[in-house]
Amino acid sequence: MRGTEGSAPDAPLQSVLHHGGGDAAVIGELAWGMTIAGTLIFAAVMLLLAMSLRHHARPLRPAVWIAGAGVAFPVIVLSLLLGWSTWRSAQLRPQTSNGALAISVTGKMWWWEVRYRDPASGRDVVAANEIHIPVGQDIYLGLNAADVIHSLWIPALAGKRDMIPGRVTGLTLRADKPGIYRGQCAEYCGIQHARMALHVVAHPQAEFDAWLAAQARPAVQPADAILQRGRAAFLDQRCQACHTIRGVAELNNLGPDLTHVGSRAHIGAGTLRTHRGTLAGWVADPQQAKPGVLMPAAPGLDGESLRALAAYLEALK
Amino acid sequence: MPSLFTRTAFRSHAALALSALGALVLAGSVSGCGGQTDTRHVRGGDADTGKRLMTQYQCTTCHVIPKVPGPNGEAGPSLEKVGRLSYIAGGIPNQPDNMVAWLRNPPALKPGTRMPSMGLTEQEARHMAAYLYTLR
Repeated sequence: MRGTEGSAPDAPLQSVLHHGGGDAAVIGELAWGMTIAGTLIFAAVMLLLAMSLRHHARPLRPAVWIAGAGVAFPVIVLSLLLGWSTWRSAQLRPQTSNGALAISVTGKMWWWEVRYRDPASGRDVVAANEIHIPVGQDIYLGLNAADVIHSLWIPALAGKRDMIPGRVTGLTLRADKPGIYRGQCAEYCGIQHARMALHVVAHPQAEFDAWLAAQARPAVQPADAILQRGRAAFLDQRCQACHTIRGVAELNNLGPDLTHVGSRAHIGAGTLRTHRGTLAGWVADPQQAKPGVLMPAAPGLDGESLRALAAYLEALK
Repeated sequence: MPSLFTRTAFRSHAALALSALGALVLAGSVSGCGGQTDTRHVRGGDADTGKRLMTQYQCTTCHVIPKVPGPNGEAGPSLEKVGRLSYIAGGIPNQPDNMVAWLRNPPALKPGTRMPSMGLTEQEARHMAAYLYTLR
């Protein structure tokens, strides 16, 4: 998977080796350092082993080898590695919401609810499966889980943090360059754990502000007859029993908020890209794309209504 | 819509007859072809590109399509043998121009269909049709 926008289009969307923020850089450096040190030591030990097995190995003084290679060497090398990793770890961003933009992320089986505070009205803006952040600013993700333990991991930006039901944990991160960074649930949480992905979209500040203002607005009321039919189908099919579309139905939030679903790149937490085709297929039978998901199939929905509904959802930008 | 159907059927019969004639001439010029008539050649369509496009558009959300990765959905019919079928969507004669038109705008050919128009370009639809006719 390759990024489609941002400053680094060639960087993979999800990779610990291509960091997009300071913390991930520190973690990456530690991982490389430890791996290289471990490999060198392993190679040296194997070399010594091979030499000792030679036919005419020279006799050696055991006391020197035990004291030198068995005691002094590990003590010195491990102490150095420990000191280095402790020093570098201390440079990780402090886990605090102080001075950071707070965003709440709730793990659910198997998607992510994301809440922002609208600076204009002070109300929550609810979205799903995409975390939009401004570049160059500390972000504090307040983490919670609604059902079982999940874990948020965006390898290019930060380490992992578990999301535990009934307890709020937090993760600070910061993106240094605009782009899309893929993240994934990192704690097995049920059969669709593998399809519980999310995308972090890092924008320049002004773009982020405009994006948040747009997300805070209720859904656009369609003028087009087909889209109106789609909205009617949404209500007829009782989709509002689980989904909110602000400005249309705001009864329940059991499933993802769909107010701006068309603006998100994916549906089903990274399962399918968003367009009317996948939306129609998903509504017709989500169990095909993501078996076990709570949403039931709609086998009785006639073709015209299904297409109108998909077009309507696609238009909810 | 009977009028639409008959018109389409007439056009397709004419096209079939023409292409059968063309195939006969072709078979005559290329010896040892075992009588395989290639009535399902899509002009300007590249099957490999079509396969990639189908992956990109995630057609497998609703269809089983060999060698196209994805959910292998069953909301629409399986396309495993679509190149062999007589009709598209149960009533439209299965020949290249119809297939291209269908891919571009299914509701125009069958108003009650669940398959949405995806906004494909003519060229994209040709590539996809070319791939579909390799599925036999």
